[in-house]
Amino acid sequence: MKYLDTLLADQQRHVSRRWFFRECGMGLGAIALGQLLGNDAQAGLANLNPLAPKQPHFAPKAKRVVYLFQAGAPSHLELFDNKPELTKWDGKLPPEDLLKGYRAAFINPNSKLMGSKFKFAKHGNSGAEISELLPHIASIADDICIVKSMVTDAFNHAPAQIFMNTGSQIMGRPSMGSWLTYGLGSESQDLPGYVVFSTGSNGLSGGASNYGCGFLPTSYSGVPFRGQGDPVLYLSNPAGVDDGLQKDSVETIRRMNEERLGIMGDPEIATRISNYELAYRMQHVAPEVMDISKESKETLEMYGAEPGKSSYANACLLTRRLLEKGVRYVQIFHEAWDHHGGLTPGLKNECGHTDKASAALVKDLKQRGLLDDTIVIWGGEFGRTPMVQGGGDGRDHHPNAFSMWFAGGGIKKGVTIGESDDFGFNAVTDKVHVHDMHATLLHLLGFDHTKLIHRFQGRDFRLTDVFGEVVKKMIA
Amino acid sequence: MRFRSYAFILSLFSVAVAYAELGDPQKLPTAIAEYDFDKDVRALMELSCVHCHNAEKDKGGLQLQTRELLLKGGDEYKAVVEGKSGDSAMVHFAARLVEELEMPPKGKGDALTPEQIGKLRGWIDAGAPWPEGVILQPKQKIEVAKHDKIPPTQDPLKLKHWAFQKPVKPVVADMGAQIAELKKSDPTREAEFSKLESWAKNEIDHFVLAKLLKENLVPSPETNLNTLCRRLYLDLVGLPPKPEEVEAFLQSADKDRNEAVKELTDRLLATPQYGERWARQWLDAARYADSDGYEKDKPRFAHFYRDWVIQAYNRDLPYNEFVIEQLAGDQLPNPTQDQIVATGFLRNSLLNEEGGVDPEQFRMEAMFDRMDCLGKAVLGLTIQCAQCHDHKYDPITQEEYFKIFAFLNNDNEAQPIVYTNEEQMKRGDLFRQIGELEMGIKHTAADWEQRMNVWEDGVTALKEEEWKPLVLDYDMDSATGEKFLLQKDGSYLAQGYQPPRRGLIIFSKLPAMTVGAVRIEFLNDANLPANGPGRSLVGTFAITSFTSELRLPGKENEPFKFTSAVADINPAPDTPLRAQFNESGKRMIGPPAYTLDGKDETAWSNDIGPMRRNRECEIVFVAEKPVETPADTQIVLKVGMLHGGPHNDALDGNSMGRFRISVASKANPELSQIPRPVRTVLAIPRDQRSEAQQRVVFNYWRTQVPEYKEQNDKIEALWKEFPEGTTQMVLASREGGRTTRLFKRGDWLKPDYEVAAGTPKVLHPLPKDAELNRLTLARWLVDDNSSTAARAAVNRVWQSYFGTGLLISSEDFGTQSETPSHPELLDWLAVDFMENGWSMKHLHRLITSSATYQQSSRVSQEMQVKDPYNRLIARGARFRVEAETIRDSQLAASGLLNLTMGGRSLMPPAPAYLFKKPISYSDFNWVDETGENRYRRAVYTYRRRTTAYPFLQAFDAPDANSSCVRRIRSNTPLQALTTLNELISMEASQALARRMLESGVKTDAERIAVGFSRVLGRKPSESETKELLALLERQTARIRDGLLDSWILATGKGEKPQSLPEGTTPTQLAGYTVLARVMLNLDEAMSKE
Repeated sequence: MKYLDTLLADQQRHVSRRWFFRECGMGLGAIALGQLLGNDAQAGLANLNPLAPKQPHFAPKAKRVVYLFQAGAPSHLELFDNKPELTKWDGKLPPEDLLKGYRAAFINPNSKLMGSKFKFAKHGNSGAEISELLPHIASIADDICIVKSMVTDAFNHAPAQIFMNTGSQIMGRPSMGSWLTYGLGSESQDLPGYVVFSTGSNGLSGGASNYGCGFLPTSYSGVPFRGQGDPVLYLSNPAGVDDGLQKDSVETIRRMNEERLGIMGDPEIATRISNYELAYRMQHVAPEVMDISKESKETLEMYGAEPGKSSYANACLLTRRLLEKGVRYVQIFHEAWDHHGGLTPGLKNECGHTDKASAALVKDLKQRGLLDDTIVIWGGEFGRTPMVQGGGDGRDHHPNAFSMWFAGGGIKKGVTIGESDDFGFNAVTDKVHVHDMHATLLHLLGFDHTKLIHRFQGRDFRLTDVFGEVVKKMIA
Repeated sequence: MRFRSYAFILSLFSVAVAYAELGDPQKLPTAIAEYDFDKDVRALMELSCVHCHNAEKDKGGLQLQTRELLLKGGDEYKAVVEGKSGDSAMVHFAARLVEELEMPPKGKGDALTPEQIGKLRGWIDAGAPWPEGVILQPKQKIEVAKHDKIPPTQDPLKLKHWAFQKPVKPVVADMGAQIAELKKSDPTREAEFSKLESWAKNEIDHFVLAKLLKENLVPSPETNLNTLCRRLYLDLVGLPPKPEEVEAFLQSADKDRNEAVKELTDRLLATPQYGERWARQWLDAARYADSDGYEKDKPRFAHFYRDWVIQAYNRDLPYNEFVIEQLAGDQLPNPTQDQIVATGFLRNSLLNEEGGVDPEQFRMEAMFDRMDCLGKAVLGLTIQCAQCHDHKYDPITQEEYFKIFAFLNNDNEAQPIVYTNEEQMKRGDLFRQIGELEMGIKHTAADWEQRMNVWEDGVTALKEEEWKPLVLDYDMDSATGEKFLLQKDGSYLAQGYQPPRRGLIIFSKLPAMTVGAVRIEFLNDANLPANGPGRSLVGTFAITSFTSELRLPGKENEPFKFTSAVADINPAPDTPLRAQFNESGKRMIGPPAYTLDGKDETAWSNDIGPMRRNRECEIVFVAEKPVETPADTQIVLKVGMLHGGPHNDALDGNSMGRFRISVASKANPELSQIPRPVRTVLAIPRDQRSEAQQRVVFNYWRTQVPEYKEQNDKIEALWKEFPEGTTQMVLASREGGRTTRLFKRGDWLKPDYEVAAGTPKVLHPLPKDAELNRLTLARWLVDDNSSTAARAAVNRVWQSYFGTGLLISSEDFGTQSETPSHPELLDWLAVDFMENGWSMKHLHRLITSSATYQQSSRVSQEMQVKDPYNRLIARGARFRVEAETIRDSQLAASGLLNLTMGGRSLMPPAPAYLFKKPISYSDFNWVDETGENRYRRAVYTYRRRTTAYPFLQAFDAPDANSSCVRRIRSNTPLQALTTLNELISMEASQALARRMLESGVKTDAERIAVGFSRVLGRKPSESETKELLALLERQTARIRDGLLDSWILATGKGEKPQSLPEGTTPTQLAGYTVLARVMLNLDEAMSKE
């Protein structure tokens, strides 16, 4: 019988692992199984948490991501891509060959060109050109990598946002945050691995698909947090239930489920037991994390955050607090930049809402030693036309060139990559397509983007579809 | 697999402690980091290695079919050391560095090339990743396989793939011989094996048992009757049984278990709740939703389709007809409204009306989605893979993809108005009354016909002006993203984003002429809501103002003024604008003159009530004075359309849908006032008109005769009583169809050559000489010769019962799919299904009456290890039930459930902020249901694509963004938060508390038993009762101590409820709420056991 025992133990190990691979959908190569499965079967059972931390393909430069998504698409021509030549052409029709084959969303492509409404200056040792609208981001010029040659495939908000976040224009694919929590798990035992804020004047054009998990299990879906009230859906006890009752109930449920587990033997019951406990812990930890009132005055001032308010600034500060608690991916969606008209006041307004806090987050992460392994991404879903729209003070959607910046986590500091043409119309050197950006980010996080896959509907899906090249110039 | 004894299995694991020597790693071919698993690892190993290293033949103790086996290695060597190709025996042997261990051995296959070995090394160095679920199968070496890129359409193995062959009913295995052999091999277990001789209840069991015995396993015992009863209820109707229903089942099963199961199955299949439960599975596949998706995510009306699906299940519409009606119900002879509604299936695609979209792009996205849906839901094939290139794995070319596409590309995106049964009856009654009144007019005056002819002769003497249609250009800013598509008849069809309030500026060149009048014709179009001619949800439009300017060559713009306007549709003055658009209540519609009155509150509209608003019509603007226009004169037309709704997010536009603008030298007001349909008839010589056409003339004429005022007024009043009906998205054939072209790389902007409708060669052929329309495609899909349709259908049903299908990948029966767990059973069920008229209810009866289904779902650790996914079905299925069933169970157990069927989708309470900016793109009007509608079954919950109903979402209900034939089943802490804290879950606890206290039993233990029975269909164990009694005591003490407020706990509100269950106290009600909440949160409450 000794042989049989060995066999069973051996199979237990295999099966648990295989089970983990399948149930938790981990088609990844090198995974540190020891830490997942522990030494005995019981620990193995308890550890069947899809969000348990995992190792990527190779040693990562970054472990966490913050994506400051400027939804609605800010104008690159007013913020990062200075075009003196465009100013000279102000009021003139664009040269004919510029518009060959161009598909526009709203604008008559044959509209007049419009020079930038704002001044640019060089900043930092790197001499990065940044608009007067962004004095705080200008102050971190030497910490960031500006890419002026971003290119996307879509020019309507919903498809372009979904494309930026999932690598596909069609709703229903996993978002980058889901891919990462799927690949890396979460280091937090008490909070979701992927947290989302929405702070703009509107909601997201692309809706929840922007942070959805597509065909991956729901555990990898972005969880929307609110700056005010209940930070997570159904986090608060119902009316009449206090903590004492909640605790007693959850413990009773656990004991009764344990009894059932003993009879039925189904390990799913064990998972449910651990999820009730995690839920209960989350009920205590999440409100604590979301309470910024105990932050120092200096910190609040640095971000421009005000306790009790729901704002982009508060969300930035909360982001840092969540990252400190081991959350893997935080995304702030600020949908407010769709300036078909009223570009000048609109940009002033939105830069006012976001500039200080975006820069503060980078500075704060840096001073806490978190920036080295946290990637910060700033950008919208596309750029805007050099042609005027909306009665002289607006720009239309434009996919051929736009700007984003990146910081931390293995990203090269104080560089500007790529150029657009004299009109900011087409990216001309070092084009970075959305798929390339995804490949690069995954690379920094330790993944070969062609191998972070999930099999669904008979084929292997990945964030970068069948495209994507790692942009070496962005990597430190 | 052949039967293996324990001894045989043990021999596989005689683990060697020390590993033998390998060659010099320096001599290995260089590792190549870029490799393709399918080509460089899987295909290579299947061809060169797996023949000798598999479950049947394990040379050197090595099996290679799964990653686990590969890593385990053989008796003496580690085939692969993760990340270290230099230490991996496999590459040393392949490189022929170890004498007598050259692999593949001489004569057994060609030596691998250095490149092949290099790639294997690359793969091992990368950690030997292995796509989930891949099991290698020995592949025969065939000549063509040598080529790297043999197309699947020419690969004999792929063409012979089992799922492409028509299923043949296999012979049901005779278990006797197999059991006899077992008895002989292990006489100590003779009694156990003897029992199996009578285990099988039907054919399913023979297939399952045969497989179990091959694996040296025996089935689990029958499950207890309480569990079986609850299992049948959950499976067949998605609701737990009531305590008295459990009792009744126990009693009848006491007499005859098989008969009781059969009776209960029949009874449940006959209840309407069966359709509600099973329709959900198809609605997932049909990606049913109540909104459009994307940014605007406008509400749509699709619930007639949902109700059609539910009814189709309930009347057991044969599955083949079920599919045919959904794909081509409109093309059946004399289609009923239901058959037209069924075609909503393909229309469930997303629709983007965000500002600035290219409407054709999103029609194409919808087409691709329809193909995907058809592939997954009906064919069971991933045909969408062939949109951009030939299918990589299955023998389906890109051209074949577009051949199927060509069947579906010939329709309008129609939204006709449909009616409920009650509305149909009302309509019939009104038509009858109007007909009688009309007859009455004819009876009062015998000379009516002569008088009408005199009138007609006067009208036909009027001559139509020569109207010149204008070619239009428009100001992009004023269109704010709306697109106007030129039609063959010179009209324009508005598509894309519809701004609710704006002034559209249109330009056109005028010919050299005299301009004295401008006419706008409003035309019907099948692509408009309710057939148009406007774009509002009921097909209306409203024109607030109309002004014009002329720019003569070399001059500045000058106003071109109009003095009057006439139209052939005339709302009464001061008719209030439709409430949806009229937030102030002060905005009016009325006669055409409202367009020229300079007021923003007033507009002319076609909205003259149901039944009559959706006809084509026109308005003519008469110029103050005609102007001579030389060639190259530009006319500027400014059409004010300010009578949409208040929301700027396109939820309620009210503008022109399809229109043609023309100019003439003068107007002919008398003629322009006669409704266009009447003029159309008048153009036909009197003696050639049909009765119906002549009636059109009469019905207009009578309104012009003052002495008929009384009857006319009565008829007018009746017209106002017609029900509005509901628009429904359906397919409608488009005259002349469309040309389908193959798109290069699947990109609709890169059309290539023309493709005719057709089907993939690998599948059964189309009937000869069949007309190439949707109906033909539909019939072909579910033909008895189809190799996948019935298999896909029965597999999905199996999946619902057992947690996984016989084939895991329900959406993909192609060459990439794993082998089914019981291939013969799958085929047997598929053929049996077809032989029994594609009847779903037949299939359900078959499954529930099987011994396989009725096994206990208890699992020993040994079995959990051996068969973690229960693929062998040596036990009953145990899994967390679907989202809808969890909700419905809460409501049923607590007695709150309202079983009203059908109708609009409902909005049970949800956190309001989810539907408000900035969580929702724009504010969405989610109005929490009150009263009974709070507690309807979850299949009726409103499905908003961008804001999923959170309760259902937490338990993996799909978001309807694409077809889903297999739900994910996750287990997350957010689920715990939901069932513990969500409002309706709490209301269910409170209601269940009342049920326990109202049950008439006296002790706490008895009441707990009542609650248990309602939730779990069984009595509690002693320890469970003790556990709950203790909880009750602890929390009752806390209530008494004032730590908890009993009223709030028991009712959710501070106010006192109207009544307490007789003889109970508020403290009791609160305490029982605590107990109920725990019961409803037990794993078992959410699981089928």
